[in-house]
Amino acid sequence: MMKATFKALADETRRKLLDELYVNNGQTLTQLCGLFDMSRQAVTKHLYLLESANLVTTVWDGREKLHYLNPVPIHEIAERWIGKYDRQRLQALSDLKKSLDKNKKGLTA
Amino acid sequence: MKRNQLVYVTFIRTTPKKLWDAIIKPEFARRYWAGNGNISDWKKGSKWQHVKVGEKDAVRIIGEVLECKPPKCLVLTWIDPDDPSEKSRVTFEIERLKDVVSLRVTHAGLTPRSGMEKGVSWGWPRVLSSLKSFLETGEGLNVYTGH
Repeated sequence: MMKATFKALADETRRKLLDELYVNNGQTLTQLCGLFDMSRQAVTKHLYLLESANLVTTVWDGREKLHYLNPVPIHEIAERWIGKYDRQRLQALSDLKKSLDKNKKGLTA
Repeated sequence: MKRNQLVYVTFIRTTPKKLWDAIIKPEFARRYWAGNGNISDWKKGSKWQHVKVGEKDAVRIIGEVLECKPPKCLVLTWIDPDDPSEKSRVTFEIERLKDVVSLRVTHAGLTPRSGMEKGVSWGWPRVLSSLKSFLETGEGLNVYTGH
């Protein structure tokens, strides 16, 4: 799944599509095509890759298919390389504080 | 007036029942939802509250249970207790796929550029990736850091 996320993010047009959905979420294929100087088929293919990587989710509204930005997989990546290190750092700070508090008590006693 | 909608999907290696319980039982939710949980008797028409678990009166969100079909579909109204005019609707849809379970969260009826829209569009991706981590590893994430 993570491989699909990276592959999807590796292309500038696909990143631009995500940027456009960030600004204006829930757009149709026609709306998105209007923003790019490329064929409808090309935009469809990029959207398909984004959808396969779960970075875009779609909802049918009558006969219109609306595209929504789904940043959940990006947070999963952030957690893998950033979040858990933050947690360790916070744990280290909390250990340091405990140790300092203990020393302080030792000094005043 | 135009209303905005947000749609999030995550795939989790778990069972629909475990995922359902993680959403409706505060003893699970607090472990991945920054100490918050959802309280209700989970019957159609009942009230529900999103609260900070263990803190009296710390009610963050209130609403009504519009639909409750365990372990598949839960629809809630989502109301800011300080501004009841700010009323939206959240749908949780759970589906068992081949070897994973998909969770789709649709937050509809948001006022464009409102504080609620900003807040939930910031929060949902974090809460959902933390929920996935909680169910797959037993540990939630530090969801609201950096806010």
